[in-house]
Order: sequence, then structure tokens, then C-alpha cells
Amino acid sequence: MTQHLITVTVENKPGVLARIASMFARRDFNIHSLAVGPTEDPTRSRVTMVVDGPEMEQIVKQLYKLVHVIKVTEHAPGEAVEREIMLVRVNADAKRRSEILDAANIFDATAVDVGANTIAFEVIGEPSRLSDFLEFMKTYGIVSLVKSGRIALSKDAKSQSKKQKHTT
Amino acid sequence: MYPENTMAEQLNGAAVLIRSLEHEHVETIFGVPGGAILKAYDELYSSSIRHVLARHEQGGGHMASGYAHATGKVGVAFATSGPGATNLITPLADAFMDSIPVVAITAQVGSASIGLDAFQETHTWGISMPVTKHNYLVTDIDEIPSTIREAFHVASTGRPGPVLVDITKDALSDSMAWHGPAEIDLPGYRPSVKGHPRQIKAAIEAILESERPVLYAGGGVIRAKASEELRTLAEQQDLRVVTTLMARGAIPDSHPLTLGMSGMHGNYTATTAMQQSDLLIAIGARFDDRVTGNPDLFAPHAKVIHVDVDPAEISKIRKANIPIVGDAKAALEQLIVEGTHRLGDGAAPARTEWNDTIASWQRDFPLAYDQDPEGLILQQYVIDELSKRSDENTIAVAGVGQHQMWASQFWRFEKPNTWINSGGLGTMGYAIPAAVGAQAGMPDRTVIAIDGDGCFQMTFQELITAAQERIPVKIAVLNNGNLGMVRQWQKLFYDSRYSATELSHSNPNIPMLAEAMGCAGFRAETPEDVIPTIEKGLAVNDRPVVMEFVCDPDAMVFPMVVAGGSNDEVLMGPENLQ
Repeated sequence: MTQHLITVTVENKPGVLARIASMFARRDFNIHSLAVGPTEDPTRSRVTMVVDGPEMEQIVKQLYKLVHVIKVTEHAPGEAVEREIMLVRVNADAKRRSEILDAANIFDATAVDVGANTIAFEVIGEPSRLSDFLEFMKTYGIVSLVKSGRIALSKDAKSQSKKQKHTT
Repeated sequence: MYPENTMAEQLNGAAVLIRSLEHEHVETIFGVPGGAILKAYDELYSSSIRHVLARHEQGGGHMASGYAHATGKVGVAFATSGPGATNLITPLADAFMDSIPVVAITAQVGSASIGLDAFQETHTWGISMPVTKHNYLVTDIDEIPSTIREAFHVASTGRPGPVLVDITKDALSDSMAWHGPAEIDLPGYRPSVKGHPRQIKAAIEAILESERPVLYAGGGVIRAKASEELRTLAEQQDLRVVTTLMARGAIPDSHPLTLGMSGMHGNYTATTAMQQSDLLIAIGARFDDRVTGNPDLFAPHAKVIHVDVDPAEISKIRKANIPIVGDAKAALEQLIVEGTHRLGDGAAPARTEWNDTIASWQRDFPLAYDQDPEGLILQQYVIDELSKRSDENTIAVAGVGQHQMWASQFWRFEKPNTWINSGGLGTMGYAIPAAVGAQAGMPDRTVIAIDGDGCFQMTFQELITAAQERIPVKIAVLNNGNLGMVRQWQKLFYDSRYSATELSHSNPNIPMLAEAMGCAGFRAETPEDVIPTIEKGLAVNDRPVVMEFVCDPDAMVFPMVVAGGSNDEVLMGPENLQ
């Protein structure tokens, strides 16, 4: 299913997240991931959402109908810097521990907790890096996993990374 | 936030609330008091605002909606916390579906008690969120003036709708300096008014090119007070006009361009004209499933011009070829100006073949009924005779079911805001409280509710309110002893297995019940009783009156398009269904 990345700028008022969540439930839209936080303006918050489905036009219009929603931006692929954080615990007995740590190094993953038979890693980066790391670690066995919602920032119009992204 | 003014009057929150409502020109409030809202009622006691004491908060909510429907102003309902607020949910949902401007004020337990399961505590803000255009929880007295300003602004502008303001008991009791009404600060709320000029040009171009156009007017035309503009555009471009259930009266039924209502129980001509058109000009309409039937089979050859103040309605069900976001009145004015410009001294395109075809359908498939003078009373006959004896300013109100559909078919509507019914939500029991609200707002008009015996028993207690308040509504109960529309579907689609639809054995004696509630009560049992009963009923003006008509339980509403079916298959009677 196609996923879309949108940024919703809202008034920083109590319950605004509940309004968005309620509207999505009521309209049968699906939220894949969600992150909410403050912005450069204390009266505004920004919600970054990854949403599923073909109904983007309705999703954007219905978001705009919420009185506390100020702006909705849909990011086409490559037009925003995207980041996620993942914490993942992997099976790592003594025999395979160094092999796993070497691999983690390649992915820029940081070991944040080491147990008798497992290691927990923190991975920060573009969603693709997180999924690549996860795919690799499946061989060893994933014990538990948690991901933050994706956050995104529109790229500057003259951004170098924008050009690069378009060529990949 | 406010300029310092040491001379400002100190008021408690309840007084601030009532002052704020007075500044919104509120004249009537419909409601029921209770513990948490006592303080507000205490202030209301010495206010010039009229309070109508409903017998149930649902009644109060529908009264506010009927008032708004009839007057075009914002209707206001009061309820206390907990059960008072939950009883308002149906009227809010109803007003939301039909875009009725209503402001509901509910009281909440003290802010220190919120979340502790206090007596009569419920999460009103959360419960009402999906059935309101916007809602508020006010815990601080300082927020009352701005919140009331915003609530009325949001309810009455853009696409109108209900707004709920929940105010805690302590906010109502605290005191503050009154500085008059506050400013509105809603950076995310900017309803569009005018349509885009390029789209207006494109729309007129499409109309001039069209060979089989139909103007499809919805409730938005009524809300925008755009009836005159609708009629002017129709006359200028020689367009036949379909009025949806919510738009009956937007153009006079006596106007030669009027086709009436289309859809599931619309007339053959209106439904078929839309179905065969090459251009639908939708104004303030939302392609409801009762209008379109199966949307994939609806008007397959039509291009669509869609004018709506709510962008989300455009292309929600049917992709619009020419979307126009804007207020119906403003956009119609723009279309008229552009149309005048394009036509110059010329006439609208002659669409002789199309207009002749429509005229032939009107001739061959009229709405009709056949009252046997020796038989049972037909519901259509009662409505027809009531309509004949009512002037064009009379406000007709209906509940939901067969009687509603017959009223939309056989009442002759000549003016906007003279037809009040529950369209989107389909709320049984709507008629009586909505009629009471309409009559309270329009005391010089005659208000006639057409009701069924099922609907009547959901809300008849509000006739006690009407009697107490000397609100002389007229209720015509078409008593077929059944939940008629459900029975019709059981007959047609459930092998006549009448599960839980028969009321006749246990129905109350309606005229006696009316008298017991302080109303006049009459009954007609044969066709020859109908006209004398109507005449007696319409002559009562000092109190509410209930006219009961004992009707045919087997009468069915036709034409009919089966739910989910194609509008190409309009059934004219049960004989068409196999």
C-alpha cells in the first residue's frame, strides 16, 4: 500500500491530537506512524504522520476542516529530510556477539544495553536504514523492537541532499 | 488580553456567559437545568433571554435545530453535565449531518473533580467531538467570552454546524472583570467565500455547451440564503432544477423549471433527468446515497460542476470536473454575472429535445395517489389536503419515515426555510421538538408537523413544553399503527415478516393523550373525516393541537429505487418489483 508523509501544523491547544485521531478513526483512514512535538513557535505544534491508503485528497481536506489545523504539507518522496529512532534487542550469545557488534558498526547502530544473551541497539536515521538493519538482524533473532514516529523537515529549495535523493 | 479598566464590572462566570450570549443576540434558549448548570440558570432568571423548558434534553436540542432551520439564526440549547449532555448527542449529530448552526452549552463538574468519576460527570468533550463541527472544554472563566464568540462564529460561518461548549462549574462561579465580548483568534479557520474566477468561467462555458444540463440544488442553497440567486441562474440559463430533500423550497414548486426531489423516493422525472443528464451543476449538495443510488451507476454521462463551501465535499463521492469552493450565494452571484456577460443580448441555448423529453416524463409519470372514498385514509391525501389549506409561509416539519417522504412529495413548497426535517441522520422523533423550536422562532407563522405514530411516541412529551409555553404547533399524526417504512422494507425485501414493527395493539389513544398534555386532540377515521378534522385543527391557535388520521397500514412510498440499486431502475409501484 502506498504510504504518504504529511506534516500538520496545528494550534498548540489541549486535545488537538485527539481531534486528529478521532477524525481518522471516524473517516476510516489509517495512521501508520505519528510524532508530535513543539515547533519554533510556542503557539504551534507539528504533527508528522505517515498515512496509508489512496485517499490522500480526502485526508488533507478533512484535516483542514479541523478548526485547530493551520497547515497541511504533503511531502513527495525525497522532498523532506526524514528520521526515525529505533530501539531493538537482538539475540546475541557469546559465540556470535562480536560478529553482531561488527555488523552494527557498519549500520552506525549504538549498543545501548548488553545482557547475558542479548544486545539492545539504538539506530537513528532514514527509515530505509532502520529497515535494512532490522532485515540484517533477523538472522540472529529479534527479541523486541520499538520505533518512534517518523519526523520530517522540508528540504531547502536549493538543498544538495534534495538533488542527490532524486538521483537514487 | 484586555485593556486595564478599573471601572469594569465584576461578574461571575455564569453572568459572563449570559452577557456573552446576549451579545450574540440570543433571544431564546431551549434546555433543561441540573446541578452543574444551576449557576447559569440562576443568571438566566434575571435575563431578558427567553428559556423554553424542554422535557428531555434531546427535545431541547432538536428545538434549537428547528429554531435555526426556520429563522436562519443560531439555535441555542442548554444542558447540565452527565446525562444532560449525553442526551444532547443525538440532536448534535443530527445538526452536524444537516449543517444546522446550533450552539450547545453544557456544564461540567468542577475542574478539580474532572477525571475522578464525580457525580454526573461524563467526558462530554470527547463524546461530542465526532458529532460537532468544533467543541470546547472551558475550565477558566477568562476563556468564556472568547469561547462563546468563537462558538457562534464557527457555528454560523462556512459550512454551518453544531458547536458544543462545556464549561466547568468553577468557571461558572468564579468572578472576573467584564470587558465586553472578546476577539476571535482562529488562525486555522478561514472559510472560502468566493469561487475561483477561472472555475466560474469554466462552469458557464460547460453550461453553454451542455445539451442535457440539470441544476442539482442541495441544502447548502437554503443555508446560504441563496434561493433568489438559484432561481435567477436557472432562468438565465434555462436550467431544470432538482431539489434534494434538504433543499425543498429553495425554488418554488410552482416554478416551471422545478422538477422536485430526486433519488430513492424522488419523482421519476427528477431522478431520470439527473441520470440521463450530460452536466450536473451541484450547488451545496453532497451526492448522498439517497440521491445517487449506487454511485458507480449514477448519472454515467454527466460532467460535474460542484459548488460547495466545504472543500471536502467536492470529489468525496463523485469526481468533480469543475470544482468550485465557495459559498453558494457568492458563487451563484458570480455565475450569474459571468452568464450575463457570456449571453450578452442572446438567449440561453435552446435545448428543445431535452426539455421536451423532461416534459413528457412529467406528463407520463406524475406523483399521484388514488383516495378511495370508501377505503382507508391514504397518508398522501391528508398531506395534500393539509398543504392546500396552508399558505406559502406555513412551515412544514416532518419526522423520519414514510410520512416524511410523502410530505416531501406532496407538500407544495414555495419558499425557503419552510421545510424542516431530519435528512442526513434520519432521526425518528425529530418533528415535534423541531416544530416547537420553529414556532418559538417564528411566532407569526403556522407550523405544522407531519408525524408518524412511531415518531410521535419518541418525543410527544415535548407537546407538554409547547402547551406550557403557549407555542401553538399543529401536529398531524398519520397513524398507520406501524413503523411504516421498516414495514415497507419488510414487505418488499423480508418476505412480509413483520418483525417488531406493529404498534397498533398498544398505541395510546392519541386525542386523549393530547388533551392530557394540554393540547387539543382530534381524530379522523374515514376519508370524509379528513377535511373537517384539518379545518378543526387549523382553527386552534391558543394551544398546540394534535390531529390523528387513522391511515392505511399497507400504503407504501413510491417511486422507489432499491437501496444500492441504479437510478435507471425507478420502481413506480410494488408491481415493478420482482
